[in-house]
Parts: sequence; structure tokens; C-alpha cells
Amino acid sequence: MATKLPRVPVLIVGMGWIGGIIAAELSKQGIKVVGLERGKPRSTEDYYMVHDELRYAQRYELMQDLSKETITFRNTSKMTALPMRQYGAFLLGEGLGGAGIHWNGQTYRFLPYDFEIRSKTIERYGKKKIPDGMTIQDWGITYDELEPYFYKFEEVAGISGDQEQAAMVGKRSKPFPTKPMTKTPMIKMFEEATKKLGYHPYMMPSANLSEQYTNPDGITRAPCQYCGYCERFGCEYGAKADPVVTVLPVAQKSGHFELREYANVTDILHDGKKATGVKYVNPLTGQEYEQPADVVILASYVFNNVRLLLTSKLGKPYDPNSGTGVVGKNYAYQTNGGSATGFYDDKQFNLFAGAGALGMEIPDFNGDNFDHSDLNFIHGAGIRISQTGLRPIANNSVPKGTPTWGKDFKATSLKYANNYLTVAAQGSSMPWRHHYLDLDPTYKDAYGKPLVRITFDFEEQDRQMIAFMADKTEAIMKEMKPSSIGSSKELGPFNIVPYQSTHNTGGAIMGSDPSTSVVNNYLQMWDAENVFVVGASAFPHNSGYNPTGTVGALAYRAAEGIAKYLKSGGSLV
Amino acid sequence: MAEQQKEQPPSGSRRQFLKYSGTAIGGLVVGGVIGGAITGGFNKKKPAANAPTSPQTGTQPAADYNHATMYFNQRQLQITQAATERIFPKDDNGPGANDLGVAYYIDHQLAGHWGFNAREYRMGPFVKGEATQGDYQSINRNEVFLLGLTAIDNASQKKYQKGFTDLADEEKDAILTSLEKGDIEVINGITGKSFFDLLRNMTLEGVYADPLYGGNVNMEGWKMRNYPGNQMSYAKIVGEDAFAKTNPLSLHDHLATH
Repeated sequence: MATKLPRVPVLIVGMGWIGGIIAAELSKQGIKVVGLERGKPRSTEDYYMVHDELRYAQRYELMQDLSKETITFRNTSKMTALPMRQYGAFLLGEGLGGAGIHWNGQTYRFLPYDFEIRSKTIERYGKKKIPDGMTIQDWGITYDELEPYFYKFEEVAGISGDQEQAAMVGKRSKPFPTKPMTKTPMIKMFEEATKKLGYHPYMMPSANLSEQYTNPDGITRAPCQYCGYCERFGCEYGAKADPVVTVLPVAQKSGHFELREYANVTDILHDGKKATGVKYVNPLTGQEYEQPADVVILASYVFNNVRLLLTSKLGKPYDPNSGTGVVGKNYAYQTNGGSATGFYDDKQFNLFAGAGALGMEIPDFNGDNFDHSDLNFIHGAGIRISQTGLRPIANNSVPKGTPTWGKDFKATSLKYANNYLTVAAQGSSMPWRHHYLDLDPTYKDAYGKPLVRITFDFEEQDRQMIAFMADKTEAIMKEMKPSSIGSSKELGPFNIVPYQSTHNTGGAIMGSDPSTSVVNNYLQMWDAENVFVVGASAFPHNSGYNPTGTVGALAYRAAEGIAKYLKSGGSLV
Repeated sequence: MAEQQKEQPPSGSRRQFLKYSGTAIGGLVVGGVIGGAITGGFNKKKPAANAPTSPQTGTQPAADYNHATMYFNQRQLQITQAATERIFPKDDNGPGANDLGVAYYIDHQLAGHWGFNAREYRMGPFVKGEATQGDYQSINRNEVFLLGLTAIDNASQKKYQKGFTDLADEEKDAILTSLEKGDIEVINGITGKSFFDLLRNMTLEGVYADPLYGGNVNMEGWKMRNYPGNQMSYAKIVGEDAFAKTNPLSLHDHLATH
């Protein structure tokens, strides 16, 4: 029997960036908030031995324990989905801070085009530009409306970037709070090459913190040491912005926030119109609890936001056959490929040094910043160079034709260990009617609940885009004058085995129409006014950028909406 | 710290740095880490204390109590040694897999949680799907490895009427090549290719993981590629054109100096 606990005003499921931001914003206003985190507590103390590639990068120390729960996957609805038994294409965070702990810190804003993608595409190219089955839709909010929330996130996290407005991206109301990261030799080479080609390079906006910084909440953090252990690692300096070193201490200091770790939410309790609370289980003791609440906020990763709605039967599940229903709709990913690697016979770089968001990008082939009239795809990719710190187990690139083991492999991989650079394309991912999330009919988690099932594949749109980007990355690489170049122009079917990107999006998307979206532009659920579903699950498509900046902005937007809702009730739009 | 980087807190900076680094986590200071950043300046390293070298190879520790098996029997250890040495052979650049302790590394990994797939989804049904859907086997990784070693030995007997460890280098390479191509079956649909990929990946891990895991003896794997290992700060050199050749440090050094 579940132990029934006293009612609380605000209950948050998942204590990563979103949970942390909302907890801090509401508790500062004196609103009582309870945060449930299913994983363990974390602090910078835990990262004393963090420079351990095997433990963190190869064995996924900070990631969700897949023995308890995973996802299932198939390329098309004709296939039987199978469980992702070990990590591959993407990594699921767990524990206090969630995926906000192991991220790189690349903190972009999506483009003005993204938020009005359908209208703007039709406006420029006509309706025919959107192929049958591609379900792009406007987000129900514009870039200008979201701008203050973008800045709020950047200010709290101390995002480092160019102090001048970059070309071809959304206009900023204020410069980045801190100066850009150090311009390294490879970044200078990329800058020179892209300028020569007429492009508009800018320093990658970074949560790694270029200089000591005190944010508006009075949190002071030390600068990045460029140690080269960001992605998949926690930052022992607290230099990389994460929820544990930014927003959670603010919530905890307020005296109005209660954090409960080891609290795995299994059900949203509701009466069909409103949520009444949640049921959760302590994974260590097996004890079940029922926690009544006035407002329930889903702030877990994409898959669990959607899964909780589906298993709790809240909202209308998406039906790919009729195209109706909304929960699970518009699952999208990130289309990576078309990179160019240059090998230098006579030039060494300090590739072991770096930071997760140390790099430079051009906006020229992202969004609708270039003419798509004669192209068989819409949107685009961010083309970039990054210096994240190449660790030796995972990074042994050799020129094409080199054996993958033995004497020649050894000699060649050692020769080029510090002598290669990659220009990469991070491509957008459009939603399709037949790409979606639902519940798996066969496979269950440790509590007997169905796993979420992903039906997703790359499309011709993606292949055309990657081929186009491959030409651009190769041309830039050529300007950087390597001894030889390797490039990949082809994009196969989506394969869950090799790591690609932990930028999964959609399934509980935002919009202005309840028949085509799960939440409104305050992330408030159309079908249950006291439930807010926040995160990249709300993205109707994924852009050619890392998602966290936009996730952060949406979290601040939601926090404002929740505070309003607590006062006035009802639908916020 | 302040000596190394202009952007650091101004004077009185060591104490300030400690203070600021702790602020965000409620006053807790990560003593060892911050201490390392302050005292362990760049290029100012002493060699690991417990790493005597022999004149013959320059790489063999005098005694390494970590080098015993917790999973393999002797034959399995020998086949692993013979195979990994062909994947990452000793050459003019430096030691190969054997001198780096790779087979012991693999043995230790297979005996632990990773060998038993402890943090992976193991509920059935185990069904073979498309290649895009990944691994579907119910057999643990450490069992696959032993079956793979047996398959190597059996293939050697069949082709050369000798065990794998008795083959000439070219013969060993021929067996490993057929394994890589998937021509040798391990068991129940597991191809030699899956086992070979496991073997190759674990070899590279054993060469380059921190020495605390039993491989990368005396950090010789890192030294061959000028990888500095566990350093606390590159703030001073990250913007420089010159390659910063640095004596590596391990996690052991990090612990030992604090």
C-alpha cells in the first residue's frame, strides 16, 4: 500500500535543468515546491576522480541504469521494436541534475525561423515546399516573445560568447553575460577559412564559463580550466553550468523547496480533467508513496515526460494512421553527418586540451539562412569546429584505407593522435507523420510498466541535407590546408548502435491548437490545466542547434506560467 | 592558479579560488581537485614513484600485484595476450598490448559489472532484429569473450593443427582477419565479427585507460601519443600554437599528492 503524504502546492517530476529552474523561480517567490528525483544526490565533490575516460565516457557512470528501464526502437512501424540493451546513439542522464550534468555546455538559441517554421516556409516557397507527411508546425510562440527567457537562462548560467551581435541569428537584447572562450589555433584556422569563403563565423556560446562570474542570484563560479573532460563527465570546478551549481542552491536557500531523491514517479494521478498528484516508489526500499499536489510539472527527459502521460492515460495518444491525437507526436532527433576530417602530417595541435563548448560555428547554412528554392530539403545544419578534448580510447582517427588494427593501425593512429581536425555539421530534424513515440506492447521496466517505443528513421530530406552539408564542410576543411581529407557524404538508416547525439525531441509538443499540440506556449497541458510538461519534449521539430538553450528558455517561460496559474487558475492562453 | 591565468580571481587568489569554487555548492570545497589545480602547475610533474623500469624494455614494472587473473584461466589469458599483441603490437613507437598489461585489464573488466552486463537491459524476449536495432543476445559479455577465445583456438587447430598461441605472427593475423570478417562463428548466431569488435575495443581500452585498471602500464600507452592523462588545467596552453608536450599524470598521482 502506498503511503499517502500531505498535499503540496507544486510538485516537480525530475530535477535536471528544468526542474531546477522552476524550483528556483517559484521558491524565490515563497511558493512551496517539492522536487522528486529518482536518481542519487550529486555534488562537485563526487568528481574528485572524474578524469577517467573509461569509467565515465566508456562505461557511462552518470547515465541511467538500463537494467531498470530503457526504450525500444524500430525504424518503421512494419518492424518489431527491440529494446536498446546497451547505450549507443544517445545517452540518458539520471540523478540530481539529470542530463544537465553530463552535457557539453553548447548553449544556442533556436532561430526566429524555427518558431514559425511552417508559416515562414510557406511564405517564402509556397505550400508545395513541404512534402507529404512532413508535419512541421509553428510553435505557438515567436522568437521575440521568447527572447527575454533566453536571456534569463544565459544570465543564470553565465553563458560565454561574442560581445557583438552575430549575423544571421536571432537578435539579442543584451550581449552574453561573459566574454567568449579562448580562441585556440584550430578555431583561428576555422575563422580564417570561413571568412575567406564569405561566411559569418562566431564563437560557440558556452556554458563552460570563460571567466569568473557572479549571476543575479549571487552564485559565483570559477572559470573553465580547459581540462578536456566535459561531455559525459561532471565538472569538478563547477565551471560548467549545471543545475547543481546554479539553480538548485537557490531553491534550497529559499527555505521553500524540498528535494526528495530516490523518488521514481510511476503514475500521474488524475480525474480525467486535472491531476491530483503522483505516485512514486523509492527504488532502494520499494516503498510506494502517493503525493497529492495542486500543480504537477513533468520535467524529466523527453522519453519519460511522454511515457508518464501515456502510462497514466493523460492526454490523447497520437495515432499515426489517422494523424490524430497528440501525445507521442512529432518525435525528432538530430541529423549528424557530412563532416570532413583533415589530417596534418606536419602540424600538431593540443587536442587533449579543450572544453565542451569551445568552438566556432557558422550560421550560413542553418535554418532558412540560405535559399532552398532549388534544394530538396528545408532547414539546415550548424557547421562547426569544436575542441572538446580528445581522449585516447575513443579518438583514434586514421586516414581512409588504414587498417583498423595491427602494426599499421598502431603507427598511423599514433602519428595522427594530435594531428587531425574535424569540421562537422549538426543537422536539424524534421517531424514526420510516421515518426512517433508510443508504448511498447512487449517490453517492460523494472516496475512492470511498458517501455516507450520509438519509431524513427532518417528520410530523403535528411540525406539531401547531409550531402549538401558535406560539400560545405569539405570546402572549409580544404581552406584549412590539411595534408589529406576524409569526408562522409552518406547517411544510412538511423542505427541505434553508434553514438550520434543526445538531442531527442518532441512527443509532447507545444502549439496554439489543442488538436495538434499537447501544451500551450506556457507549457501548460491543454487537457489538464494543472499539468505542465516542460522540456525538449515540447519541440515540434529539432533545429540545427544543441537544444539546451531553448529548453532553458522554455523552462523560464513555464515557471512564469505556473506562478500565474497558481494565482488565477484556468487556461493561461 | 592566478600565476597561470590572467582571468583568475585577483590577488589573494588561492583562497579566493577555493572560496569561489565552493560557493556554488553551499561552501563545500573540492579540496584535492582545487589543490591540484593550484599546486600542480603545468609541466611541473614528478614521475610516478612506483614505476621502476627494467633496462631491457624500459616499460616493465618490477612487481605489479595487480597482474594476476580474477576471471581467466591460464590458457585464456595466454590466448588473449597473443591476440591483443597482434592488434596493438610492440614496435619502434613503444610497447605493445602485452607490455602494457592489456590482457590483465581485459580479465579484470570481464570479472566486474561490465563483464556481467549489470547496467544493461536484460529482460526478454531476446529476439534477433535488424542490424540497426543493436545487440540482442542473452549471453553475458564475459561468456561471449570465453567462447570467442575458444573459437580462435579451434579455428587455429583446424587450419594450422596448432593452438593460437603457437602460431607465427602471420598465421595469427590470418585467424584474426577471418574472425573480423565474420567467417568464424562463435556461438548461436554471434559472429566472429562481434567478438572481434569487443576484443579490439577492449584492447584499445587496455592501452589507453588510466593505469588504475591494470593496463596502460606506467602510462606508456599515453606516452606514445603524448597524451598528458589526468591534468587539472590547460588554461595556460589552450590558446598557444606550440604543442605542449607534457609528462602524463594518472589518477593515482592525483590521489597520492593530496
